[in-house]
Amino acid sequence: MSTKAATPGLFDPAIIRRAAIDAFGKLDPRKLARNPVIFVTEMVSVVVTLLFIRDVVTQNGVASFSGQIAAWLWFTVLFANFAEAVAEGRGKAQADALRKTRSDAHAKRLIDPNNRSGMQDVIEGVSALDLRLGDIVLVEAGDLVPGDGEIIEGVASVNESAITGESAPVIREAGGDRSAVTGGTTVLSDWIKVKITAAPGSTFIDRMIALVEGAERQKTPNELALSILLSGLTIIFLIVCVTLWPLARYSGTMLSVTVLIALLVCLIPTTIGGLLSAIGIAGMDRLIRFNVIATSGRAVEAAGDVDTLLLDKTGTITFGNRMADEFIPVGNVAEHALAEAVMLASLADETPEGRSIVALAKSRYGLAAPADDADARIVPFSAHTRISGVDLPGRSLRKGAVDSILAQSSVPKDHLPEDFKRAIERISRTGGTPLAVSENGFLLGLVHLKDIVKPDIKDRFAALRAMGIKTVMVTGDNPLTAAAIASEAGVDDFIAQATPEDKLTYIRKEQQGGRLIAMCGDGTNDAPALAQADVGVAMQTGTQAAREAGNMVDLDSDPTKLIEIVAIGKQLLMTRGSLTTFSIANDVAKYFAIIPALFVVTYPELEAINIMKLASPQSAILSAVIFNALIIIALIPLALKGVAYRPVGAAALLRRNLLIYGLGGILVPFVGIKLIDLAVSALHLA
Amino acid sequence: MTIIGLAQIAIVLAAVLAAAIPLGGYIARVLSGERTLLSPALAPVERTFYKLSGVDPAREQSWLSYTYSMLAFSIVGFASLYALQRFQSVLPLNPQGFDPVPADLAFNTSMSFITNTNWQNYSGETTMSHLVQMLGLTVHNFVSAATGLAMAFALVRGFSRAQSATVGNFWVDLTRATLYVLLPLAIVVALALVGLGSPQTLTGSLEATTLEGAKQIISIGPVASQEAIKELGTNGGGFFNANSAHPFENPNAFSNLLENWALLVVPFASVFAFGRIVLDFRQGRAIAIAMGIVLVVGVGVAYWAEANGNPLLSAIGVETSPGNMEGKEVRFGVASSALFATATTGTSTGAVNSMHDSFTPIGGLVPLFNMLLGCISPGGVGAGLYGFLVLAVVAVFVAGLMVGRTPEYLGKKIETREMKLAMLAVLIYPLTVLGFSAASVLVKSALDSLGNSGPHGLSEILYAFASTNANNGSAFAGLSGNTPWYNTTLGLAMFLGRFAYVVPVMALAGSFAAKKKSPESAGTFPTHGPLFIGLLLGVIVILYLLQYFPALALGPVVEHLLLQAGKTF
Repeated sequence: MSTKAATPGLFDPAIIRRAAIDAFGKLDPRKLARNPVIFVTEMVSVVVTLLFIRDVVTQNGVASFSGQIAAWLWFTVLFANFAEAVAEGRGKAQADALRKTRSDAHAKRLIDPNNRSGMQDVIEGVSALDLRLGDIVLVEAGDLVPGDGEIIEGVASVNESAITGESAPVIREAGGDRSAVTGGTTVLSDWIKVKITAAPGSTFIDRMIALVEGAERQKTPNELALSILLSGLTIIFLIVCVTLWPLARYSGTMLSVTVLIALLVCLIPTTIGGLLSAIGIAGMDRLIRFNVIATSGRAVEAAGDVDTLLLDKTGTITFGNRMADEFIPVGNVAEHALAEAVMLASLADETPEGRSIVALAKSRYGLAAPADDADARIVPFSAHTRISGVDLPGRSLRKGAVDSILAQSSVPKDHLPEDFKRAIERISRTGGTPLAVSENGFLLGLVHLKDIVKPDIKDRFAALRAMGIKTVMVTGDNPLTAAAIASEAGVDDFIAQATPEDKLTYIRKEQQGGRLIAMCGDGTNDAPALAQADVGVAMQTGTQAAREAGNMVDLDSDPTKLIEIVAIGKQLLMTRGSLTTFSIANDVAKYFAIIPALFVVTYPELEAINIMKLASPQSAILSAVIFNALIIIALIPLALKGVAYRPVGAAALLRRNLLIYGLGGILVPFVGIKLIDLAVSALHLA
Repeated sequence: MTIIGLAQIAIVLAAVLAAAIPLGGYIARVLSGERTLLSPALAPVERTFYKLSGVDPAREQSWLSYTYSMLAFSIVGFASLYALQRFQSVLPLNPQGFDPVPADLAFNTSMSFITNTNWQNYSGETTMSHLVQMLGLTVHNFVSAATGLAMAFALVRGFSRAQSATVGNFWVDLTRATLYVLLPLAIVVALALVGLGSPQTLTGSLEATTLEGAKQIISIGPVASQEAIKELGTNGGGFFNANSAHPFENPNAFSNLLENWALLVVPFASVFAFGRIVLDFRQGRAIAIAMGIVLVVGVGVAYWAEANGNPLLSAIGVETSPGNMEGKEVRFGVASSALFATATTGTSTGAVNSMHDSFTPIGGLVPLFNMLLGCISPGGVGAGLYGFLVLAVVAVFVAGLMVGRTPEYLGKKIETREMKLAMLAVLIYPLTVLGFSAASVLVKSALDSLGNSGPHGLSEILYAFASTNANNGSAFAGLSGNTPWYNTTLGLAMFLGRFAYVVPVMALAGSFAAKKKSPESAGTFPTHGPLFIGLLLGVIVILYLLQYFPALALGPVVEHLLLQAGKTF
């Protein structure tokens, strides 16, 4: 993965400064209304502040207490705002960098795109912002591509580092799956004619800026459901606190509004309420720093839910090229002689297969490539003969498809050597491709070409299986070959001789069974399947159609990333769940701090449940409120980084997180409130 | 605590478990519309019902239409029961010649019986005619329980079905639950109670001459039949005001054992039936174990508290080795009373064989806490199951995210709509219990009804609203509830606790039924093992503790601490 030049650290001072200022700007109640828990906190902060003013004016002796409570309630709101601002700040820094590439590009628009006259094209200079859909522009070496589009003519090398952070140029050409260009990238050589496919303001870069800035951030489905839970809990605790006043009056205690509000704020889930949007933004941000752009937060959540991964064999599961795996001599030919012959025949073969033959001969048989032989005459591969080789003095070495080699060799077809037939059968059965080798028409043996499965892929699939995710390999190979590779790579299922329609059918079938599917693709014919999948990751190098159909774009065009995308989605959901559990579990300790403090004057016996032995009733309430505010700050790093994720089964994950965040959530505040109480009473604050 | 006491408790629980699993299989078949052992005898009766009422048993209803049917049925039930009470003086079967029931009491009683609460602000034997008792109250003892069962299984179908627009037919569920489940069980239990000494007659009362020569009126009537369904349908409304402490309702230790068994068996069996219908026995088992743990811990605490007795009495030399015997029947003792009190409040029965008001503070906290939980251990017939399933949905949502997936329960994703509905239901309880309690301590006439002052008085108010809200109906006897204020507010609490809770639950059933069912995998949140049971209990206890801790701290908790310090109320 390529890293962006300036990935801001978790607590970059510039971001912290900006966030601290933004935290105040977010106090606007209209903005806070999106977050019911913090909105309620702000409203009651206003009330306590007014009470504080009353206490100061009437000099009733509790101003110091109500003033401190008011201050810490405001801190609670500010800390929550700050958490969100820090999360957004990292996006804003990236957005600023992106915005520079967009600024004032000039475009060379063709006045007569159809140009039937055959004369030289007439161009006019316009601002990139004036381009319309369907305009044709000419982009030459050194020019910025003025907008997203499809190459209709020409081929050029393009530097896409503005988007991908990868400075190595890529080739873009008309036709095929490499025809899309993105506004803001630079053409390095040659020229292309581009048909504009996105209006200014809705280009890929514009969308990216909007996404990283969080400007378009909508609450995702799960975030919405969680907000409902938090709002529900807030209402419940409002009921608890409002009804407590008469119940306490009955018992002979007149509770002040200040302490009831303190109790309310301690009980409502301010911790998760304050961190919820930061968690969501940070989840998107993690994906962006991983060079994957999701078009919506919904897609990131869906990634966590994925049940089935459709993976293309080539490039994801295997290296993508067939490679020589072994040399099989026939008759009494020595293995070493075969290796030497086939190496010589492949020296000039620059295909990956040819190079792998030379590499195998060198590594396994210790052969060295001879110096250039002036007499060598190279016979290049042709699609017609399906044979290549070399003619040396007295030696005519050939390798190629078995049928073609047999056709020009001296061996009669119906009298093939038994071991030769057996070897071919074995190679085909395991999904490999046999290549025959001959010298002067005499059959030497076979090269076993094999799809090499990436070495660590089997472990990753095993990890996915432990997470409950099924992997499906998609390949154009015949079923026999596909089965062999599938079993070697350890995938759960495969689709052989797959057409784009097969993929679509498979996705629909799985979805009908209630499963969520993720896949990646780059070609135009992948577009329907990408659109149908719950998580469709399009390659940045892919066509415009594919990029629009998917709900994520991988800027590095690395199909194996699908696995990490799933992990990021899961991590996002886990972070939310863990902090929710922690937040609710915290309330237990706060009760043990506040309830005895509220009623101990009426019922001194309630001192028995002051198990933390807090110094005084006022100090107990103040300490609980301070803890409640500080825990938000303390948890910001966790909210931004996400809780640790391990690819293990759900039961193991649950046990671990329940222990840390559930049990920890009950215990931590007992310690925290006690420590704060010690400090508060030492400083004589209450 | 004694070995014999523990053995009494263990025998009842073992007998419940032994019967609940096969009965669960039977209930599952009944509510899936399958043929059962009793079909040859009952199917013609069932068909006649449908023919007479014009119900097409094959036509299923959407959740909305199901709910409308349930509400319509309840409204008609309410209206007819109200009319029966108001006109009892001119209707037949009124041998004692009772006057019409006053309007506020009739409202309270009608609400009480249609919601399966059976809160009784009156003494049955001196207020209600036999006609009201049999045609009104006893009928509702059956159908209010059957309604609960119907709604629970509409929700269960929500989980078992996928992409379905319907959740069953209310009229069919109601008929089958009454005819195949409650009626046969009630007949068997009633006969057993008659055998054990309960009266079953239409005579109004007997006149006896006591040893001193005085005349005494002894009320009798169709006691055994009402007693059987009172327990089986988790109703709790006794024929006599003394309820199951009365020697005619509960003559001896064996009848006590039978009644205790009867009030627990159908709720537990429903949970096992749920497991069968969702085709995973383990799911039902996990919930039954969770309910069982709440029940057993409650019994343990109550028995321990009652067995230890009152420290103030032992201090002045009163013999307290039998435990706290105030308000308990000598023929039952402390262990059976603690079990009965826990079981009657863990279910929504509310029958009592001892006076909960006289329990020690901690002993009395157990029934109170059970009802604050909404009676879910194992809960009322049907109501316990749907109440627990709603809590399971909330628990799965809170903790389920921690496995990194959108939370799912039984393959159904819990999303915004489901969360809204579940929270809407969960909100009703604190709103009703805390809201009405707080209102009551502000109203002078309401405070005048209290039998005790101080924290015990607060416990009495909390208890009354917890009991009516959870449709339990047991009373902390200290409160005189037959006043316009309490008749009205308690009636409203019963209404909200039943209908305001169940309408979102029915919507939940519809919402789940319409969803796809995700297949189970290693990545799925497991909802059948000990981890889930622990989680479920943790979420329930924390959620409810957080809601009621302040109120409890001012009531039973402080009372307990004061008692230890030598103060009583």
